[in-house]
Amino acid sequence: MTDKPQSPPPPTKISVRDLNFYYGKFQALKQIHLEIPEHCVTAFIGPSGCGKSTLLRTFNRMFELYPDQRAEGSILLDGENLLDSKQDVALLRARVGMVFQKPTPFPMSIFDNIAFGVNLFEHLSRIEMEERVEWALKKAALWNEVKDKLTQSGASLSGGQQQRLCIARGVAIKPEVLLLDEPCSALDPISTARIEELIAELKKDYTVIIVTHNMQQAARCSDYTAYMYLGDLVEFGKTEQMFLKPAKAETEDYITGRFG
Amino acid sequence: MNDKHLSSQFDSDLNEVCSRLMEMGGLVEAQLQRAVGALEKYSLDIIREVIKVEEKVDALEVEIDHELTAVIARRQPAARDLRLLLAISKITTNLERTGDEAHKIAKRVRSIMERGETRNIPISDLRVASDLAVNLIQRALDAFVRLDVVAAIDVFKEDDLIDREFKGFTRKLITYMMEDPRTISSSLDLLSIAKAVERIGDHAKNIAEFIIYVVKGTDVRHSSLAHIESIVE
Repeated sequence: MTDKPQSPPPPTKISVRDLNFYYGKFQALKQIHLEIPEHCVTAFIGPSGCGKSTLLRTFNRMFELYPDQRAEGSILLDGENLLDSKQDVALLRARVGMVFQKPTPFPMSIFDNIAFGVNLFEHLSRIEMEERVEWALKKAALWNEVKDKLTQSGASLSGGQQQRLCIARGVAIKPEVLLLDEPCSALDPISTARIEELIAELKKDYTVIIVTHNMQQAARCSDYTAYMYLGDLVEFGKTEQMFLKPAKAETEDYITGRFG
Repeated sequence: MNDKHLSSQFDSDLNEVCSRLMEMGGLVEAQLQRAVGALEKYSLDIIREVIKVEEKVDALEVEIDHELTAVIARRQPAARDLRLLLAISKITTNLERTGDEAHKIAKRVRSIMERGETRNIPISDLRVASDLAVNLIQRALDAFVRLDVVAAIDVFKEDDLIDREFKGFTRKLITYMMEDPRTISSSLDLLSIAKAVERIGDHAKNIAEFIIYVVKGTDVRHSSLAHIESIVE
């Protein structure tokens, strides 16, 4: 119950400044200011429609796939504005990988699922590629389960395995940041626990940002938590503090289930 | 801040645990009043009642802990709900120990009575201190029901008064023992009673600390009064 002494904050990986986001005329994010620390897991929580997935999708400019969606302000990745029009989007997405809510394996073999993305950015020999695929599958804690069936279709795996395959695919191109958009919402508790273990493992090498509806999941696996509501960032802080003694009454109402 | 959860079942679970705690508080208060009454009236009947209540208090402590565990397992509480449940758990421990002290007082009064030494030493100061202690436990529990941090601070201040009374009474007992060795047995019993009263004050103070923890989210155990006051302001 005692308050721990404060350790110095880790360096910032992504710095969001004055970010506004619009779906056509509707403003979905309002003046967001946020410093996302490096080699930490940051969770975005909040009720549906609060803008947490929208914010996540700005970090690799995923929103540009849709007309009428635009972001204003700046998002600095290691000091470089990734919203800058000169920024190469393909290269950006290699640095900032993403895993979606539903597992999305490509209709190809397990091996090719991982090799596909790597081939876009690097020219590896067959042996180097085999090593990379094994490395990525090991990182995603899937290697032991699939090493004897790499040529089988990715769709033949269970839901939890498919999601880990998607994480392996994201990891294979060695990104710096990994965005996870509700990665466990379609999984059973055991697969969820595996992914959460994996998240803890991955933060040693990557900066992980996770959007989750499951508050307990945010409490379990994140170091920092941001609570969003109606496009505003209400509170951002250390997860421990957010779940024990949040600074704002709105945050406390939401995390204690008094929201409504 | 909203008072009600989306889940009304969660609210009723919390209310249930709180009302059990109050039930336990009521029992301990009554037990304490009886123990102090036994000291005033030297009555064996009252002593027997104090000892009988002890079992009920112990059973309630176990029951409340069981209910707390169930709420934590089912609801995974956070923030002030979590602080409230932790505080309730700590407060039941303090109440159970307060009950133990009442029990101790009753047993020591009985031992003085058994030796027929009820008039050896004047104990008006001790009575004042024990009344203060009973009152303090009542006020700490009232402050908890209302989550009143200002009332909690008053409890801290008053505990100092009990501590001072304890020291004064101890000095007096030493004088009696030095003057007349025949008073040593009753003095030792009275010293135990005085120590029990002093401990009851400490338990009231602990309860007050948890009120501040629930409301302000800051752990103020082992902090100075000035620091606690600055947090509450």
